[in-house]
Amino acid sequence: MLSFFHRLASPKYFYGFAGRALPWLGIACLAFMLAGLYQGLLVAPADYQQGDSYRIMFIHVPAAWMSLFIYVVMAGAGAVGLVWRIKLAEIIAISSAPIGASFTFLALATGAIWGKPMWGAWWVWDARLTSELILLFLYLGIIALHGAIEDKRTAARAISILAIVGVVNIPIIHYSVEWWNTLHQGPTVTKFDAPSIDIRMLVPLLLMAVAFKLFYAIVVLMRARCEILQRERNTGWVRELVSKA
Amino acid sequence: MNLHDFLDMGGYGAYVWSAYGLALVVLVANLLSPLLQRRRLLDELAQRTKRSRNTP
Repeated sequence: MLSFFHRLASPKYFYGFAGRALPWLGIACLAFMLAGLYQGLLVAPADYQQGDSYRIMFIHVPAAWMSLFIYVVMAGAGAVGLVWRIKLAEIIAISSAPIGASFTFLALATGAIWGKPMWGAWWVWDARLTSELILLFLYLGIIALHGAIEDKRTAARAISILAIVGVVNIPIIHYSVEWWNTLHQGPTVTKFDAPSIDIRMLVPLLLMAVAFKLFYAIVVLMRARCEILQRERNTGWVRELVSKA
Repeated sequence: MNLHDFLDMGGYGAYVWSAYGLALVVLVANLLSPLLQRRRLLDELAQRTKRSRNTP
């Protein structure tokens, strides 16, 4: 097992491994997404307060979960890269940033679209919305910082440190709806007692959450493969691969 | 349920479908970005290989 991970950390082996995993991840992601969309748009009943507008939740909540999840993965990979100087960890960290930024944007935008009919406002400066906006700025800062430093290894160290410092924002986002009086509603799924959500709404929500996780896995592997080609462009195996293509 | 009711979403159709449309745009953009980058990179590397073969 350990030797498998050891091999996986070598960029050349990872490139091939990711290439073989991608089609399977693609099929699984599509299956979960279609099932989630079917359950969410056709099977789940309308909400007794919000009517059909709540169906935005099946995009909004998984996107928001992913914005936090990807940040933690990015900071974790960055920390591993800092401590053990593993190139692959650095690659995963920087490959995650644009994906995380896009999911954060999607969470904020769908939240605004949902907020308009339900709250009467596209945007309010409450704790949940503001801390999520700060998350978007953190992602954008990390991407910009990486672009500003020529040397890839130095850039990876810099963004890892920034990402780790930014982790402080993650619990703030998560608990913002409990710590402060927010217009944003409290948690209905991750409560310690039974989730206060109808099972017919919970199923599509979880299906979409799995689909989004798989989607992130797919895109991060695709980005990592590009990054590996870029960094290893002068090695023998990349030259061989290019001459065959 | 007929198609009109489905698209209307109880009067919230514009909100619901714009949210789902936006999600589609974000997902497609996420897939296109590495695909285009990969093609550009492979072209560039192939060019370099050709050049190095032509120059003695």
